[in-house]
Amino acid sequence: MSKAKLILYSLPLLAFLVLGYFFLKALNSDPSLLPSTRIDQKIPAFTLPALANAQRMLSEQDVKGPLLLNVWATWCPSCKVEHPVLNELAKNGIRIVGLNYKDVREAALKYLEYNGNPYQYSIYDEAGDLGLDLGVYGAPETYLVDAEGVIRYRHVGVVTPDNWRELLWPKWQEMGGKGP
Amino acid sequence: MKRCLLLALLISWSAYATIDAYEFDDYDEEQRFRVLIDELRCPKCQNQNIADSNAGLAKDIKDRAYRLINEGKSNAEITDYMVERYGDFITYRPPLKPSTWFLWFGPFALTLLAAAILLFMKLKAKPAEPAKVDADKHKQVEDLLNKLED
Repeated sequence: MSKAKLILYSLPLLAFLVLGYFFLKALNSDPSLLPSTRIDQKIPAFTLPALANAQRMLSEQDVKGPLLLNVWATWCPSCKVEHPVLNELAKNGIRIVGLNYKDVREAALKYLEYNGNPYQYSIYDEAGDLGLDLGVYGAPETYLVDAEGVIRYRHVGVVTPDNWRELLWPKWQEMGGKGP
Repeated sequence: MKRCLLLALLISWSAYATIDAYEFDDYDEEQRFRVLIDELRCPKCQNQNIADSNAGLAKDIKDRAYRLINEGKSNAEITDYMVERYGDFITYRPPLKPSTWFLWFGPFALTLLAAAILLFMKLKAKPAEPAKVDADKHKQVEDLLNKLED
């Protein structure tokens, strides 16, 4: 077989391998996970009331870590799943700030009373303004924020003991966070 | 026929039903808003644009876009604003950059490649040569033909 023919006949195989590679890659990736554009950027400027006290105004100055900024709401079923994990982390000295996202104040306060409150304080973002500036597209989301108020990592979905240990804890330590 | 027309009317109404909550003084601004919300993709309910989506997040993005239009921002500026927050995913018009070169130029490159291959094959193909028949056989055939004619 001539060289030209060999190349020509191996084209379909080559095309198959290339396509196969991409299909295989797509099979293992979750298309609903979007990368955050805010990594290594400061928390966007905001002025919003605290959940527990409508008179107390919070701003980006109040979100200096190392801390976890956890986006939660009472309408979010997955938030309920991760809540005990957050309680456990808070008990172990991990600082968590809540972003109560598009929620009703009374319901949110009742929820914390009933399920325990892992948050040092929660920002009450009724209209989802800070959420939009952060690029939040669903709850729960958890941001790792360092001492300068710079976002180091975003976790979309539930924080579980497993992904805390394997994924978030190393990143938490990396940005100078202490804990158990 | 009449029923079809009625149905068509219903369909086109529902497509823009979500815009009614936004009021514009200026017709151009309203058109601009329509184009914008058609071209922004909802990050939550993927594969729907924010015009079409009923998700809370789609409404938030529409509200913000509405506010920005009223502040006098251009559509390009608003798209950049949203990309800054949600990434390239949010626009149905992917930007031109190295990672999207294949997307933009791939089809043209493949068409060119196919054309080149076709041309190459066409040029290489030789016209078929007449079949070789030795003299004896040739004579035999001719004799037979002559016999037929007679």
